[in-house]
Amino acid sequence: MNKQECFHCGLDASTSNIKLDDKSFCCTGCKTVYEIFSENDLTCYYDLQQAPGSTPKDIEGKYNFLENQKIVDQLLEFNNDNTQIVTLYIPHIHCSSCIWILENLNKLHQAVSASTVNFGKKTVRVTYNAELLNLKELVTLLSSIGYEPFISLDDYSVGKKQVNRSLIYKLGIAGFAFGNVMFLSFPEYFEVGEFWLEQFKPMFRWLMFAFSVPVVFYSAQDYFISAYKGLRSKLLNIDVPIALGIVVLFLRSTTEIILDTGSGFFDSLTGLVFFLLLGKFFQQKTYSFLSFERDYKSYFPIGITKINNDGSEESVQVYDIKKGDRLLIRNEELIPVDCILIKGQARIDYSFVTGESKTVSKQSGDKLFAGGKQLFGSIEVDVLKSVEQSYLTQLWSNDVFKKDKSLAFTNITNKISKNFTIAILFIALISTSFWLIYDASLALNVFTSVLIIACPCAIALAAPFTFGNILRILGKKKFYLKNANVIEQLAKINTLIFDKTGTITTNQETKINYEGLELTKDEESLLKSTLRGSNHPLSRTLYQILDEHDILTLDAYEEYLGKGIEASYKNENIKIGSAPFVGQTQETNTLNTSVYVSTNNTYKGKFTFYNAYRKGLALLFNKLKKDYDLVILSGDNEGEKENLTKLLPTKTKMLFNQKPDDKLEYIKFHQSEGAHVLMIGDGLNDAGALAQSDVGIAISENVNVFSPACDAILDASKFKELYNYIKLSKSAINVIKWSFALSFIYNIIGLYFAVTGQLTPVFAAILMPLSSISIVVFTTLITNLLGNKLD
Amino acid sequence: MSVIYILLAISIVVAIVFFIAFIMAVKNGQYDDSYTPSVRMLFEDELVKTKSNKSILTKKE
Repeated sequence: MNKQECFHCGLDASTSNIKLDDKSFCCTGCKTVYEIFSENDLTCYYDLQQAPGSTPKDIEGKYNFLENQKIVDQLLEFNNDNTQIVTLYIPHIHCSSCIWILENLNKLHQAVSASTVNFGKKTVRVTYNAELLNLKELVTLLSSIGYEPFISLDDYSVGKKQVNRSLIYKLGIAGFAFGNVMFLSFPEYFEVGEFWLEQFKPMFRWLMFAFSVPVVFYSAQDYFISAYKGLRSKLLNIDVPIALGIVVLFLRSTTEIILDTGSGFFDSLTGLVFFLLLGKFFQQKTYSFLSFERDYKSYFPIGITKINNDGSEESVQVYDIKKGDRLLIRNEELIPVDCILIKGQARIDYSFVTGESKTVSKQSGDKLFAGGKQLFGSIEVDVLKSVEQSYLTQLWSNDVFKKDKSLAFTNITNKISKNFTIAILFIALISTSFWLIYDASLALNVFTSVLIIACPCAIALAAPFTFGNILRILGKKKFYLKNANVIEQLAKINTLIFDKTGTITTNQETKINYEGLELTKDEESLLKSTLRGSNHPLSRTLYQILDEHDILTLDAYEEYLGKGIEASYKNENIKIGSAPFVGQTQETNTLNTSVYVSTNNTYKGKFTFYNAYRKGLALLFNKLKKDYDLVILSGDNEGEKENLTKLLPTKTKMLFNQKPDDKLEYIKFHQSEGAHVLMIGDGLNDAGALAQSDVGIAISENVNVFSPACDAILDASKFKELYNYIKLSKSAINVIKWSFALSFIYNIIGLYFAVTGQLTPVFAAILMPLSSISIVVFTTLITNLLGNKLD
Repeated sequence: MSVIYILLAISIVVAIVFFIAFIMAVKNGQYDDSYTPSVRMLFEDELVKTKSNKSILTKKE
C-alpha cells in the first residue's frame, strides 16, 4: 500500500504526518478520538470494522440551546430526579463498531448508565444522570468521539409518538385462533363416528366458537369499518364482500352449533382473516431509516442564540423568535427565519432549499432567506419574519400538504370489487330463489354458502402480495417507495417533470472550463499552491481538478472574505476571485459561476463552473420520450438552456426561473387537463411540487441524509434506471390482473358446489387456503422473475 | 374418557401462556428493531477480552 489511510476514519493520511502508536491519522481530530478510546480500553472499536470513525467536527457553541431547560425538557423522554432518558438521532451510525462504541458509552462517562442503539433507525437511547452530566455535555461527548447527534425542530415533540403495533396483535390473535380451531376441527374432518367423540362434539364446537369471537370482533374490525365507510360514500370496495363473508360465516356457524346441525365454518373463518391480515402485513414494507413525511421541521434547529439589547446572549426556542430580534448565527448553523444581515460576512449554502451546492456570499444589509446554512464564521442578523411566515416555510401552509394522496384514488382491487360484489349478490339471489321453488329447506343454506365461498380472499390477497414483493425488489435496487399505492400510481404516469439542479445534474462532479490566456507552468503551480490554503468550496473544487505541481511555500497569503485570495511567491503575485477583485471589469454578467485569475495585476482568464449532468441522462430521456411528456422545471436562470437543448430530445419542454409556487401551480394546471404527473426533485423548494404531483420522487445522493416529503426516494446512482422501474410497476399491474383471473376460476369451482347445495365445512376449509396460497405463490414467483430481469 | 377435559384445559392454558408471551414481546418492542440485537449478541466477547487484557497488563507491571 503506497497510500496511507487514516486509522480512524479511512481518509487519505499520507500528507498529514500525524502518527501515534504506529498508526497514521488524517488529522488531529481523528487522533484525539483514538486517544480517548485507547485511554478507556475501547480500542476494540477498530477490531470490529476497519476505519469506522468519522472526524469530530468543531461544535463550539452549536449546542448552547441545550442550556435552555425548556428545550431540554421537550427532548427528554423520561425525566426524574437523577434519571434522564433521551433518544438521539445519529446519522453516522453505519456499522457494528458504531453499535459497540455507543453501547459502551458508560465506559466513557460514569453518569451514563445505559445506552441502546437502534441500528435501523440510527438512534441511540441514553439513560444518564443529569446531575453529573447535562444534555449539552452528553451531546458534546458524543460529538467528541465523532458521533454528532442531529437535533432538529422535529424532535421537539418527541416522546409523544406512539408506535402502532395493532396489526401485529391482530395478526397474532388471528393466527393463534386459526391454529387452535384447525386442531379442534380434526375429528369433524375425518367424520369419525366414535362414541366418545360424539359425546364431546358440543364442547369442541363451543371452544371453536370461543376462539373465533376475538377474531371476528377484534382482528377483523378494520374490514367492517372500511366496508361501512365504503358503503356510506356509496362505494363497493373490496372490504364489502369480505365483511359480508365474515359476518355470514360467523352467523351461519353459530346457528349451526346452536341448532346442532353441523360443525360450522370456524376454521375457514379464522383462516380467512389470518390470510387477509398476513397480506396486509406483507404489504407494509417500511424503511425505518427513511422518512417520507419530512418537512422543514426536520432540518431546522430547535434553538438559536438571541442577542438581547444589553448585548447578552440567550438561547431561545425557534418558535419564540419575533420580528425585530437580533440573532447570532454561528458557523455551520442553519438560518431559521428570513432576516437581514447586520454584521459579519455571510457565505450561505442554500442546498437545503434549492439542491444547489454552491455557496452565495452576502454583504451586510442583504436579505437572507430561511433554510440557508452559514458556512464561514459568525454573523448577526435582524429578524424580518417569524418561522412560519418565512419565504420557504410558507410553502407548507399550502393545502396540498394537508391532503392525503392515497384517499384520492380507487385502487385496482376496489375497481374490480364493484362488479364482483354485484355479480355475487346476483348469483346468490338467483340460486336462492331457484331453491325456494325446488326445495325450500335448502334455500338459506345455499344463500349463505354462496356468500361464504365468494368471499374474495384470493382477490384481496393478489394486490398486497404483488405490491409487497415489488416494494422489496425496488428497495433492494435503491428505489424506496412509501407504500403500495405508489406502484399503481407510477404505472399510470404519462408526464414526467424534472427539476434541474441536483436532479438531472449531480452535485458530486463539476465541469470546469478555462477561458483566457494560457498560464505558464510557474503561474499554474502558484495558482495551485494558493488554492491549497483556501477553504472556499470553489477553491477546493478547482484545486482538485488542476494538475499536480510542487507545493510552493508562499511568501504572502491573504484571503478576502467574499472577494477572493491574494498571494505572492518571490516576484510573482496572484489574485484569484470575483471579477472586480482581480480587476476585470468587462462582461461580468455571465450566468454561470466563474472564478477569475490575474497575475501581477494583469488579467489572465477565468474558470467557469458547469454542472455535470448525471450519467445516462440523455439515454434515459430518449427511452422515456416515446411514452411520456417530458418537462424540465428549473428554479435557476437560463444559463444552461443551450446545453440542455443539445443534450435532450427536442420535445422536452424547458421552463426556467420557476419559484416553488410556480412549480406547484404548473403541475396543478396540467393535472386538471388530465395529465398524471411524476415529479422528480431534490430540494425543499420542490416540496410543494412533489406533494401536488401524482407521484413525487425525491432524488438523493445519500438516502440517509436529506429528502423532502415525497412518495418515493431514489438513490442518485440509480437515476438512469428510472425507466425500468416505471416499466416494472406496469408489469406489476398485469400480474395482479392475471391473479384476478386465477382467483375467478377458484370462485367458479366453489360457486358450483355452493349453488348446488353441496358445500361442506371440509371443502371450504380446503378450497379457501388452497386458493389463497396458490395466488401468493403465483404472484411471488412472477414478481421475482420480473425483478431478476431488472439487472 | 373424562380425562379429556383436563387434557383440553391444560393444552389451552399452555397455548394461552405462549400467546400472552407473544403479546408481551410485541408490547416491549421486541419486533421494532430486528437488526441491532443480532449484532449486539456478538459483543459480550469483545468486552471480556478488553477487560482480561487489562488485568494481564497490571499483573506484569
